Order: sequence, then structure tokens, then C-alpha cells
Amino acid sequence: MYEELADEGFTVITVGIERSPEDARPWIEKASPQHPSLIDIEHLVPDLYGMINVPTVVWIDEEGRIARPNDASFASNRFKLLTGLDSKRHLRRLRAWVRGDAPALTPSEVRKHQELPTAVEQEARAEFTLAWWLSREGHDEDAERHYERAGELAPHDITIRRGSMRTRGLNPMGFAFLKIAIKSALTRTPLYRRIEDSPA
Amino acid sequence: MPTLTLLHDGRVDEISVADLARPTISPEQVESLLGWELKPEGLCKGYMCIPVDQDDLVREDGLDLRVLADALQRPLVTEEKHAVASLGASHHDRAEALDSLDAPDFTLPDLAGNLHSLSDERGKKVLLVAYASW
Repeated sequence: MYEELADEGFTVITVGIERSPEDARPWIEKASPQHPSLIDIEHLVPDLYGMINVPTVVWIDEEGRIARPNDASFASNRFKLLTGLDSKRHLRRLRAWVRGDAPALTPSEVRKHQELPTAVEQEARAEFTLAWWLSREGHDEDAERHYERAGELAPHDITIRRGSMRTRGLNPMGFAFLKIAIKSALTRTPLYRRIEDSPA
Repeated sequence: MPTLTLLHDGRVDEISVADLARPTISPEQVESLLGWELKPEGLCKGYMCIPVDQDDLVREDGLDLRVLADALQRPLVTEEKHAVASLGASHHDRAEALDSLDAPDFTLPDLAGNLHSLSDERGKKVLLVAYASW
């Protein structure tokens, strides 16, 4: 995708929301991308953009303006059944926008679709920052209380809840995450932010 | 005087506090670390001032960190046992930034440790992809 559109004034920036650069290394080395592939161990980008889960994408235009806000998207349809997200449709739209064949969203549409962070979500992020510092200092038991508190404040924030599992000795692919997914389904609380718009 | 580790804005700073249970921060550090200056009209940054009750804010040994955080609408969470506090970003600031539609800039390292900023790509359309291995 990047190679196809790189000559058209387009780039990709990937940001790995990881606990250490080593977690992202195998992924990045396998893809050996030509575009910036960054590591965000402090969750700065989720904080700045109000992201609650990954993978998610933002379209940013030549002037540095948000053309399409934070929207869950996968590079393939591997998880389509689970998430209901169609990656092909997103790629079709993206290609049309990059080539100038179709506009992204209007500013008022961007504002309408953009979910702005709440005070409680920001408190959860502050708890997470504290917990993560305590983990790195070796105070696992005290860190755990703050991870728990962050999860209570923002139960829908998967960057916090699933993103901290490995540090806490939990398996992000295992029962701990399954529990979150089941609860989300039962309470109809989406774990992904997605923009419902007309088929491209 | 004990030292408090203050986690804020992606940084780690140390401040001297008289009482870890009720931490204070010097007006000089409020200005150098957080960018706010205490004036008679309140806490000011550039031309903008936030009115504050200075009787609550100003204590003998500095500015009350909790009152300050409330005035700035920033969450403050602490772990007294390890003398550390985390001062999060204000949801108002984050919301205002996003609502302006200017994509918030950031600078992060790649695997080799080289720093890149979103603003380096000005003039191009950018697909910003956040992902994780977990």
C-alpha cells in the first residue's frame, strides 16, 4: 500500500504501543518498512488522539489537519468476523483520498465523528502512567493497584487494560482478555471506535 | 526535605516537598515545569489567566499540588509509599486540541533510537497507524 502511493505525496507513520522496543522489533523487522516506524512506550499517541484500542488509524492532510479521525482499521480481513470491520473498504477510501479522487470528510464531519476524551479517561491515563512507572521500578504489587484503578475508571480503554497485561504477568491472548471481550459484548460497550459512513 | 517524583507531560521530574502526604511545588517549578506563572489575577500562561483561590493554593512551603492540579483541571494520582505522583493531561486541553482539527504533533523514536516527528511529514498526506503486538 505504502509503496503503491509513496510517489503521490503520501506516507505512513506506524506507532507501536508497546512496553518496550523489543516487543515491536520482530514486527518491524519482518515488514522492513521505508516509512517511519515508531515506538511509544508511554502511550503518548493514545493520550493525544484519544485512542482506546489498536489497531486504529488517523488520516492527516498536507497541512497537518485531521482529515479522518481515529477509526479502528485492520490491514487485512483476518479479524473481520470478530470486529465487523472491512479492511478493503477502508483501503479503497484511503486510495481515493490520496489520489485526490475523493475528499476525506468535511471538517464538520470530522468533528462529529471525533470522540473527545473525558475527565475520567484522562484520570485513567494518569493512573496507568503511575502504574507503568511503578512496574519499571520493580514495585509490582503497588503497580497492580493502579492498573486495577485505571481499568475501573476506563473499562473500555483496551490500550490500558490489554496493553498492560504482559507487564502484569497476564496473557493478552488468554482468558483475561476474553473476559473483557465478553463483558463488552454483554454490555454493548464497543471496544473499537469506528466511523459508520456510507459504503465507498 | 523528601523528594517527590513527578510524572507529567511524558517527563519525569523531581521536586522537593515538605510533606509527601500533602505535596507542594515551588512557584518557580510550576513555571519551569508546567509553564504557569502565579500572578495576582491567578495562574497565567501568556495572556490567559485562570482565577484561583490563592488562600487554598498558596501554602508556607509552596503551592498545594492538588489544588494546582484541580485549578488546571489535570488529574493527579499519587503513590505516597514510593514518593511518586502522576499529573495527567487535562481533558479540556486534549479535547480543545482535537476539536481544532490540527493533528497533535509528537516526537518518538524508531527502533534505532532516531527521533521522528509527525510535523516532519508536513506537505504529505499521512496515514497514522497505531498498533500493538498484544
